[in-house]
Amino acid sequence: MIYQLDSLRHTYAGRTVLDIDRLEVRAGEILALVGPSGAGKSTLLRLLNFLETPAAGSITFKGQRITNGQVPLDLRRQITTVFQRPVLQRASVEANAGYGLRLRGIKPDGQVGSILERVGLAEFAQQPARSLSGGEMQRVALARALVIRPAVLLLDEPTANLDPYNVGLIEEIIRGHNAEHGTTAILVTHNIFQARRLAHRTGLMLGGKLVELADTEQFFTAPSDPRTSAFVRGEMVY
Amino acid sequence: MNDILAGFGEALRLIATGDAELFEIIALSLRVSGFALIISVIIGVPLGTLLGLVRVPGRGAITVGLYTGMGLPPVVVGLFVYLMLSRSGPFGPLGWLFTPKAMIVAQTIIALPLVTGLTLTAVQAVDPALRVQVRSLGATALQEAWAVIIEARIGVVAAIVAAFGGIISEVGAVMLVGGNIAGKTRVLTTSIVLNTRQGEFALAIALGVILLALAFIANIALLKLQGKS
Repeated sequence: MIYQLDSLRHTYAGRTVLDIDRLEVRAGEILALVGPSGAGKSTLLRLLNFLETPAAGSITFKGQRITNGQVPLDLRRQITTVFQRPVLQRASVEANAGYGLRLRGIKPDGQVGSILERVGLAEFAQQPARSLSGGEMQRVALARALVIRPAVLLLDEPTANLDPYNVGLIEEIIRGHNAEHGTTAILVTHNIFQARRLAHRTGLMLGGKLVELADTEQFFTAPSDPRTSAFVRGEMVY
Repeated sequence: MNDILAGFGEALRLIATGDAELFEIIALSLRVSGFALIISVIIGVPLGTLLGLVRVPGRGAITVGLYTGMGLPPVVVGLFVYLMLSRSGPFGPLGWLFTPKAMIVAQTIIALPLVTGLTLTAVQAVDPALRVQVRSLGATALQEAWAVIIEARIGVVAAIVAAFGGIISEVGAVMLVGGNIAGKTRVLTTSIVLNTRQGEFALAIALGVILLALAFIANIALLKLQGKS
């Protein structure tokens, strides 16, 4: 178990946006979270990345229980997020991709070149990162996340605005990295087909609650909750 | 027109012949404004960054104060510093009045709000998502602040250049607290005032050309830095 969430609650302006009694994330799995907008999926990712402190409850990460938002740096540095909108710095592709290593005081030893090859951007290494297309920038963001070999890779709708080629490429990289390095990945997506393609387990979130969590095939073919059935069929679920 | 052309000619002659008095005036101008700028940058860039990144109590009032400070008339600053450093003032015993130290103090007070305020603006203009992304990659608080400063560097450099332009060309403050004493507190701007009053237009224009050249060089440097970015 890499994460264990107990009675996790979070609020914004007095409104409860997340209310999860219990959730366990297995080390090495790809877990997909689907659900309508405002269901609390992105909020959950921010809490898992320790970017915010929950209003109540605890997160246990790698056996260490975090209750007061005080997260040791070495623990925090094992998790990273690829956001829907890639935010790159005013620097080259190579500099952006290697940023996480520099934060950790690690001198790159070919890792940046390798990861840029992996994401198909080696030829753009010296180009200003912001001169790339949206899909290419997202691949830089993914390279930047993967080069630091995180234990957990959080993906917040990483392919939301991308063309099918980049979607396929990014999915292949995520799948490959998970298989090769055992990186745990938690993927938030509106694309239920993507969840079905990538995830070992899939969960449906509604109104801040985790309605159902099951092995992906079971989630899509024989869900236990009627709301999951309705969601998978494409019906609006509130 | 003849005066202007004569002024250009005189400027070239003074520079080409290495006129000692001219170079002394230029050196003092750069020393005074340079020290004032360095002090303002050391205080103002971190302060502007802090105000831009952290919600400190009274940030609104501080910001209003900064923006007001950016518009302070130099002669008013000069008056204030004069009163503080005069014999009857609280810092009179320092003996700084009519010395370059007083001029540095006055120009620091002029430059500091500019550097701080424009740095604050530049930092606030950085995409807030960058901070979240950088934190997500494992940055400490200091690393996060540094990432923001780097991202805002064009604005920060513009703040520094604007402050330098403001203080190298001001005359009110340095005239009041420096006294325009030959060989001691005479800088480019006070020399221009003196020579104009004395009817030495060619020399005044020459000094004006040099002052413009310094401002021009500063802006070229800014453009080059922006281009590199």
